[in-house]
Amino acid sequence: MQFLFDKYDPANSQSASEADARGDFSRRTILKSIAGAGAGLVIGLHLPTAAKAQSGAAAVFQDGAAEGMFAPNAFVRIAPDSTVTVLIKHIEFGQGPFTGLTTLVAEELDADWAQMRAQSAPANNELYKNLKFGVQGTGGSTAIANSYLQMRKAGAAARHMLVEAASKAWGVPADEITVKKGVIAHEGKGKTASFGDVAEAASKLTPPQDPFLKEPSEFVLIGTDLPKLDTKAKSTGMAEFTMDKTRPNMLTVLIQRPPVFGGKLKSMDDAETRKVKGVVDVKEVPHGVAVYAEGFWAAKKGRDALKLEWDESEAETRSTAEIVDDFKKSAATTGRVITNEGDAEKALSGGGKTIEAEYVFPYLAHAPMEPEDFLIEATEDGATCWAGSQFQTMDQGAVAKTLGFRPEEVTVNTLFAGGSFGRRATPVADIASECASAVKAIDAKRPVKLVFTREDDISAGFYRPLNVHRLKGSVDADGNITAWDHVLVGQSIMKGTPFEAMMKDGVDPTMVEGASDLPYAIPNKRISFHMKTLKVPPLWWRSVGHTHTAYSTETFLDELLAMGGKDPVAERLRLLGDKHPRYAGVLKAVSELADWGSQVPEGRARGVAVHKSFESYVATIAEVSESDEKGIPRVHKVWSAIDCGVAVNPNIIKAQIEGGIGYGLGHILFAGINLDKGRVVEQNFDTYRSLRINEMPDVQVKIIKSAEAPTGVGEPGVPPIGPAVANAWAKLTGKRVRNLPFATDAA
Amino acid sequence: MAKFTLNVNGKAHEVDVDPEMPLLWALRDELNMTGTKFGCGIAQCGACTVHIDGQATRSCVTPVEAAAESEIVTIESVAGAEAKAIQDAWIKHDVPQCGYCQSGQIMSAVALLRETPKPTDDDIDAAMTGNICRCATYHRIRAAIKTAAAELKS
Repeated sequence: MQFLFDKYDPANSQSASEADARGDFSRRTILKSIAGAGAGLVIGLHLPTAAKAQSGAAAVFQDGAAEGMFAPNAFVRIAPDSTVTVLIKHIEFGQGPFTGLTTLVAEELDADWAQMRAQSAPANNELYKNLKFGVQGTGGSTAIANSYLQMRKAGAAARHMLVEAASKAWGVPADEITVKKGVIAHEGKGKTASFGDVAEAASKLTPPQDPFLKEPSEFVLIGTDLPKLDTKAKSTGMAEFTMDKTRPNMLTVLIQRPPVFGGKLKSMDDAETRKVKGVVDVKEVPHGVAVYAEGFWAAKKGRDALKLEWDESEAETRSTAEIVDDFKKSAATTGRVITNEGDAEKALSGGGKTIEAEYVFPYLAHAPMEPEDFLIEATEDGATCWAGSQFQTMDQGAVAKTLGFRPEEVTVNTLFAGGSFGRRATPVADIASECASAVKAIDAKRPVKLVFTREDDISAGFYRPLNVHRLKGSVDADGNITAWDHVLVGQSIMKGTPFEAMMKDGVDPTMVEGASDLPYAIPNKRISFHMKTLKVPPLWWRSVGHTHTAYSTETFLDELLAMGGKDPVAERLRLLGDKHPRYAGVLKAVSELADWGSQVPEGRARGVAVHKSFESYVATIAEVSESDEKGIPRVHKVWSAIDCGVAVNPNIIKAQIEGGIGYGLGHILFAGINLDKGRVVEQNFDTYRSLRINEMPDVQVKIIKSAEAPTGVGEPGVPPIGPAVANAWAKLTGKRVRNLPFATDAA
Repeated sequence: MAKFTLNVNGKAHEVDVDPEMPLLWALRDELNMTGTKFGCGIAQCGACTVHIDGQATRSCVTPVEAAAESEIVTIESVAGAEAKAIQDAWIKHDVPQCGYCQSGQIMSAVALLRETPKPTDDDIDAAMTGNICRCATYHRIRAAIKTAAAELKS
C-alpha cells in the first residue's frame, strides 16, 4: 500500500529542515485540491470507488465481529439480541456524531432507538475515510455532511437483507413485509420477527448494491430530538477518556519542550530528576526531554527538577508587539489580490465619507478541557494506540513511521476526547509522534502514556494564528457603501503540511475564508492578503479563518452602515439582495426571534451579525450592557438562527450553537496568547481566561426548516457572536473594539 | 514517601505516596478512580472537584496528607436525593458535550443543592463559577440545576 507518510517524519516537524521533508511529502499526498475558495476545511470531494460502493463492500471487521454477528457492511453490526451497533468513523468530543450517525443508520433500518448502540470505528483509511477529506479524520464540521448518504445506505442495506431473510423464511414476497421500530412483520401471515431472529440468515445473503433510501418526508427519527447516546456515561463519571486509560506496566511521560518555538536542546542535567522517587528514566527526544515515571505526579516532579539549556539561535524570539508591528507594516500595503471587483482604490478617493480601520487578532490556544494525551503499547509486531485521535490516518501514519511499522501494523483505538476545537487535528500529528518518539527512546520496553499539563497545552503552540486586518471603506451622500478594501495579514495553516495540496495558486483558503467571499453587493471591492512565515506553529481553531474574518467584515460593515445612517438588519438584507436567500433567511429569522427594532431595556444595546461557514448560515443578535469590569460587556441574551440543511438532531444542533456562542464569546472578550521574547506568557486558566457560567448569556436558537443536504454545525455558531457583541457594544458606548480580545483593548 | 489512609466512598485505602502528592493523583493513579479529572492543576477549572467532609473541594491542590482521615466522596459513588436529582436532570437536559468537566460540575452542583435547595441564579453563579466548561454547556447546566431543585421540592 502506497502510504501517505513514506518520507515524512513528523518527529522533525518543528525542525529547520522541515520544509524539504514536507515538500517531498506533499508531492505524494493523496489529498485532492480544494473544491472552491471560501469552503473552509472542506477538502475536495474525494469519492474513491471503494467508498462509493461501501454499502456493497463485504467489509472485514477488525474487532468485535463476534460469532453470530450480522455485519452487512463496515458500519452496522446486528447481534442475536437485536442490538444494533454502529461503528462511528468520527471522533466523539461533544459535537454528537455517536448520536447523529447512529440516527442516520437507524432511520433507514427502521430500528427502535432503544436498540441502537455506537462504538468508535478503528483506524482504517479504506473503510472509514472522511469522504470530504480522502483520509480518516474529523474536522471542518463535516461529520454529518460527509456521512449523510453513506450511513443511510449502510442502514438501508442492512434493512434490505433482514427483509430478504424474513421473506425467504416466511415464503412471502419481500415487498409485503414491513419494518417498524425494529419489528419485521407480515400482516397477511401474522408473522413478526426481531432483527436478531433473522440476523444469522441475513448474514448469508449478498448485500444490495444500491439500496432504496427514504424520501425526507418519510423520516421518522431524523429531525427529532433523540437523546444523546453518550450522555449517561458522561453524567456518571463512567465515560473513558485517554487520560483515564491504563495498560499493565505503563509509564506516564511528560515532555519538557523548548521554551521558545524553534529552540533546540543544548545541554541536559537530569541528576535531580533521577532522584525523584517514581522517576524511571529520562531521554532526549526530538521534541525535547522526556521524563518517564510511575504516574503523573512523579513525572511532573521529575520534570520540574530538570536543568536544561536551550539553543535559541534559530528560534522565534520576538515579543508579540514586534510581530504585530511587522504585520501592520504589511497590512499598510495591498497584498496578493484574490477578489477584485470594480475599482476600490478609485472609489475610495471619490469624495465620499471614508473609514479606515486596523484590527489585531491574537494567537489563541484551543485549551480543550482534557489536556492532550496519547497512549501507545508496542511489540515487535506492531503498536496499539489509545487516543482521542481526530485525524486517525495521520496519527496511525506518524506512529508507524516513528516506530518502523507499516500503518496496517498500527491499531488506533479512538476514545472519547475531552474537547479539541481543532487541537487534536494537527496535520503533523504532533501528539502521536511525540508519544511514539518517547516509546522508541526506551525501545518500546513499556507502554507509554504521554500527558500534557495545562501549561504544556497552552504553551506548546499550534494556535489560531495571529492576524492583522486593515479595512478601508467609503459611503456616498445617500449612505450607500461605495468601496471596500480589505487586506489580511496572517500565517498559513496548510503550507508545509500534508494539507498543502489543498492550496491553489499559493492561496491558503483558511487564511481568507469568510473575507474573500463577502456576499454584500458593494460595487468596488478588493480583498488581498499577505502570508507571513513564523516558527510559531499555527493550526485550525474552531471555525478557522472565520474566527477573524467574520469579526472584521461584520463589524466594519456595521460601522459603514452606521455612518450611512442605515439599519443594520434592513440594509444587510438590501445588500444581500436576492442572490443570497439563505443568508437573508437566517437574518430575517433571527430578527423575528429577537423582535429586532423593539424597545431594548434601559442601559442595553443590541448588535447583529451574519456569516456563512462550513456551508451553514448563522445570524446572531446579542444584547449587552456595561459590566463591572471596565471595557468588558455583559452579554445578557443571544438569539441565533441557523440554516444547516436537514436538521438531523435539532437538540444537538442547538447545543452546538449554544456552545459555539460560549466558546466564541470567551475568546473575543478575554483570551489571547502573547509572546515575551518568544516565551509564551499565558500558561494556565489563571491568565488564559475562559468564559465562566456567570458570563454565559441566555441563548435562544432557531433552526431553519430545510430539505437541503445537511451541512456543518460544530463550528458555524462561533463566527457571528464576536461581531454581534462588538456591534452592540459600539451602539452602547460608541467604542469600536479592534484590538482583541476586549480585555486587551480595555487595558 | 509516607503511608496514609484515604477514606474514599466509604472504604479505607492505604497508599504509600509523596505526602505532597495531590489527592487527585492518589485517586487516579494509586486507586484507579478516574472519574475525577485533571484539568489545570491549580484549582482554576474545577474538573477535579470531590467532596471532602461534604465540601466541594479541588483535589488537584489538596495534598494527600491534608485529605487523610477525612471522608472523601467522588463521582463514582456520589449518592443521595440531590445527587440523583442532579444526574437525572443532566440526562434530561442532555447537558454534556465532550463530558470531561462534567464530573466536577456535578460534584459542585450536588454540593450546592445540599447547601441551598432552592438556588437563585446568583447562587448558581457563586457555586458554579469555579467550574470551567470549554464546550460552554453553561446554559444547560443552569437549566438542569433548576430542574433538579424543582424535582427535589416536589
